[in-house]
Amino acid sequence: MDKSWSVSDRLTLRLEVEEFYANYIACLDEERFEQWPEFFTDDCFYQIIPRLNFERGLPMATWRSEGRGYLLDRITAIRKTSVYGPRYMRRIVSAVRLIEQSAEGFDARANYAAFETLPDEFTRVFSVGQSHDAFTRIDGALKLRRRVCVFDSELVPNSLVYPL
Amino acid sequence: MSSESASTPNWPEWPREGLSRIPYWVYSDAALYAREQERIFAGQSWNYVALEGEIPNAGDWRRTWVGDRSVIVVRDAKNEIHVLENRCAHRGVQFCQTHLGHGTEFMCPYHQWTYNLEGSLVGVPFRRGIQKKGGMPAEFDMKQHGLRKLSVARRHGVIFASFAQDMPDLGDYLTPPILELFDRVFDGRKLKVLGYSRQQTPANWKLMFENIKDPYHASLLHVFLLSFGLNRADAPNRIVIDPTGRHAAGMSWRAEQKRTEDNKEMRSLIEGLKLQGDSMLQPMREYERYTICLMTIWPNMIVQQQSNTLAIRQLVTRGPQAFELAWTFFGYESDDAEMDLRRLRQANLMGPAGFVSIDDSEVLGFTQQGVARAPEAAGVVEMDGHGWAEEADHAITESELRAFYQAYRAIMDI
Ligand SMILES: [Fe+2]
Repeated sequence: MDKSWSVSDRLTLRLEVEEFYANYIACLDEERFEQWPEFFTDDCFYQIIPRLNFERGLPMATWRSEGRGYLLDRITAIRKTSVYGPRYMRRIVSAVRLIEQSAEGFDARANYAAFETLPDEFTRVFSVGQSHDAFTRIDGALKLRRRVCVFDSELVPNSLVYPL
Repeated sequence: MSSESASTPNWPEWPREGLSRIPYWVYSDAALYAREQERIFAGQSWNYVALEGEIPNAGDWRRTWVGDRSVIVVRDAKNEIHVLENRCAHRGVQFCQTHLGHGTEFMCPYHQWTYNLEGSLVGVPFRRGIQKKGGMPAEFDMKQHGLRKLSVARRHGVIFASFAQDMPDLGDYLTPPILELFDRVFDGRKLKVLGYSRQQTPANWKLMFENIKDPYHASLLHVFLLSFGLNRADAPNRIVIDPTGRHAAGMSWRAEQKRTEDNKEMRSLIEGLKLQGDSMLQPMREYERYTICLMTIWPNMIVQQQSNTLAIRQLVTRGPQAFELAWTFFGYESDDAEMDLRRLRQANLMGPAGFVSIDDSEVLGFTQQGVARAPEAAGVVEMDGHGWAEEADHAITESELRAFYQAYRAIMDI
């Protein structure tokens, strides 16, 4: 357990972070992608990377976004340019841990799972992994400076269209 | 699938139109799939297996695939590279279960039979029994029970393997026009692996090969590519097919981002589309000719150079209805940090989350859904005629598909 916070501070922060995640996944599950960049700082770094690369220090990610512009381009792809079949995605975030306090904010780790439902199919586990997040505050509100989703699955089930 | 059903096929005749039809039973028939494993992947083919840079030191190994069989690519103490089938000679255990590793020998966990890095059997526990009881018969010859060894070919850091023992030289196999394009990317500079990406697509493996061999779709399906002018039929294009029809390459140059008379049929072109994250696509010219070169090397390798994205896509078959695409993204050891970053950023176009590749993996799944349920029907591939030529200077063609199936039918004897 991190000693950076008093018990009452940690309780408050924990509630705030868990609410952040609940709002974050609701935004994505409900496909309100246009609001998704609001959870990030303008100079954010966001990536989804296979565990094999992450653990070996190989930099190649499945999805790499550097800054808000990259997030907006992903929304353009989802809405306008990519060709893909309809799907539901439902996300779960659990086992949230607050890691440390720094001048810019604090880090958090959590487990995540994402379930995908395709037409005519049973719901399947799409991605399970750990998120390595760095939070900061802008005008009092929590924002992600950095979010790295490291997924365990050896194989991506065909396509990763929506963010995690 | 038993070998009996593989040798007594019951698939229908090929449509009488010949090369300009592809019968849909080729995408779902289990006996045909078994014959493909035998005649194509385990047959007279050089299969891509690994890059030398993945196993730089003696004792390094990488576990990979030829068709649906697991093999190990290993470097021995004398700097020789061996490719061994990952199946213990004793009871068939797939003994190696990690992707990359290092060691001095391989030991099967079941009865601890041990092999050296050349695949020879060097240890059988209790071979002489215990207290003169049990043990192997006196005539048991260790030399007869090594791992199955594949033939190996290497060129400029790329390793190929074959289950066949009498393989032609790799250069002859690729043929001069394909070899020249292979050497354009694999020019002898040391390669640097940037990372891996693996995805499984619910479609027959041939559909993936066909997708790369189909320049006709690029200007229609890929709204991202065509709107940004990255690959368009109204830009200069070049197609090269090797004389046997097996391998092919498609090259193109970047086009202007505007509407013209020539692209008016590209209904999905979005004018004025602009990247907000503009650092993603700031390519630097690396090669003298072409901004894109996509090669299909029979039977399991796709080499992709798209601006500064360099990737090998290895096709791993997973039954008639699914394939794995194993991507190895790479650069050159001489790349500076800026070039590394360019490659990492541009890779957003490729892979399971690629701005371009999503379209392909999704459409291939839709194709399988259609063709698997209608084996009696056939696809129409008449764009640019009924035959094929070794050269074309435009992308409105399906000649690579006709060439592919001419070679496929000859090898498969169908
Ligand atoms: Fe494509």
